[in-house]
Amino acid sequence: MSGHLLEVKDVCKKFGGVVANDNISLSIPEGSIVGLIGPNGSGKTTLFNSIVGYHPIDKGSIHFKGREISNMRVPEIARQGMLRTFQQTHIYGKMTCVQNMQISVSQTNEGFGTMFSKFPPEVMEKADRLLAFVGLYTKRRLMAGDLSFGQQKLLEFAMALMSEPKLLLLDEPTAGINPTLINGMIDRLKRSNADLGITLFVIEHNMRVIMNLAEHIYCLAHGQLLTHGPADKIQYDQKVIDAYLGAK
Amino acid sequence: MNNTGRKFVLYGSILVISLAAPWMLPAYQTQLAFLWMMVLFALTWDLVGGQMGYTSFGNIVFFGVGMYVTAVIQRNLHFDIEEYVHVAGAVDMLTPGQYLAGLFLGLGASTIASVIVAAILGACILAMGMRGQYFGICTLGLGVAAGELASGWEYIGAGSGMVTPVFPDGLGERGVFFYYIFFLLAGILFLTLRWLYSGRFGLAIKAIRDDEDKAEAMGIHTTRYKIIAWCICAFFLSLAGGAAGHLIGFIDPTEVAFAGATFGVWMILMAILGGKGTLWGPVIGAVIFHFTQELFWTYLFGWQRVALGGLIIAVVVFFPQGIMGWLRDRWPERFGYWVEESSGSDPFGDAKP
Repeated sequence: MSGHLLEVKDVCKKFGGVVANDNISLSIPEGSIVGLIGPNGSGKTTLFNSIVGYHPIDKGSIHFKGREISNMRVPEIARQGMLRTFQQTHIYGKMTCVQNMQISVSQTNEGFGTMFSKFPPEVMEKADRLLAFVGLYTKRRLMAGDLSFGQQKLLEFAMALMSEPKLLLLDEPTAGINPTLINGMIDRLKRSNADLGITLFVIEHNMRVIMNLAEHIYCLAHGQLLTHGPADKIQYDQKVIDAYLGAK
Repeated sequence: MNNTGRKFVLYGSILVISLAAPWMLPAYQTQLAFLWMMVLFALTWDLVGGQMGYTSFGNIVFFGVGMYVTAVIQRNLHFDIEEYVHVAGAVDMLTPGQYLAGLFLGLGASTIASVIVAAILGACILAMGMRGQYFGICTLGLGVAAGELASGWEYIGAGSGMVTPVFPDGLGERGVFFYYIFFLLAGILFLTLRWLYSGRFGLAIKAIRDDEDKAEAMGIHTTRYKIIAWCICAFFLSLAGGAAGHLIGFIDPTEVAFAGATFGVWMILMAILGGKGTLWGPVIGAVIFHFTQELFWTYLFGWQRVALGGLIIAVVVFFPQGIMGWLRDRWPERFGYWVEESSGSDPFGDAKP
């Protein structure tokens, strides 16, 4: 599919009478950072859920690496190399940070034989390195559930990197993070894109963050794709401003 | 003493005491055999209920299946079924060789039967995505249904139960013989679980317990792990059931084999008392529970069930974390939870991905 890692075409998703996604089409080139913005309730998280197979879509198609994935289930899609993080953190609360990292290794080649195996030393080294990368190295022996919300977000990001995905869908990665750490987070996101080659698709409400991060931005409103374009154009687009602040 | 040395002393002393116990306390041989059965109960329940977080009330099904399959094989191998049922087991005594052959063949067959039952039930319940309370209620129904089915099946004695062959002369005391069988089973189970929990399998089922949605989102084969965990649990419970049937000598469908109200509840209680989700918790819980229960029976006879009910309430209300859980909260460093010295003021450092 002509260099596009993810190709979403005419996706519709209704919940009863509520049309959460109405004919959404977008494409994400390999190696890029793409943003998704829109007011609360505009269907951003629903679109994420549709893409990763959390619920079936009513209409349309979703291609990942050229393969149709709209009929696959969540774990299958994850094993293809597409992961998502959650708006409300999802971590394994009663396990240590290191254990959270270890079990997040890529499941792509997991078979019956590896189910009972030990983790090789490289996994431990990689877990330590990535925990240091997000600034949680000193907390690695703590239970993940005892971390603050912001730290849990960082841990969740590190867990996603542990799995070496091709495409990572991030749902508000900086929400709940201490403002002084946000710059660090932006830097980590950019470096995971540049150094590890992970394509990022990011939902974000913080305009400063998304303008800094994304090259291309899609804007949703009322379940429909309002507009899309390069980041510097989008922030002056009258339609986007109207959607956020309310038009006359 | 270093850690390895301490472990060596711990396991060594448990081994020595356990091997000597039936000779030091000859009057309590059968009770000690039941003690190891309780350890088996608690450890197998904790695998699914504690480590994986799937509170099951129906594990007793595998115990009962194991008990019946072992007994049926033993019976069918050596006796004419109709005659055996007619005289309720009062037939010629088996030779030790015949008895052992039937017992071990039966135990082998019972594991196969139990694992098949677990796999089928797992495919029906776990693979459909049943979780939480729904899973608990469903398994509760399984236990009750199994007891009712067994009560209505003439081939296995129906409601009047089934007598296992008399323990033959020449194999020593029955209590001692089964004590060592249960001790061996509990030891193998403990070491198997220790090995399982230390690797990928242990972390995967813990991940399912903590956040199954996340585990799925990370691509973990959750259904596969859940069914295999249940099958492992069924495997060991069927062995315990097979041996217990021969030790007790009489199989009642609802009071012994599918005894959900006693064994089925006790296995949960013991794991919670000791600390569910830990390796040693169920073992400690089983030992304390078994002794307490015997004391109630001896000193509070007539009120023993009431006292047991009181104990269950006290454990759930005041000890939800269990003994090991309480110790872990009190001294987290001893259990490997600590914060390391910070390397600098910049929380991110300059680490490379």
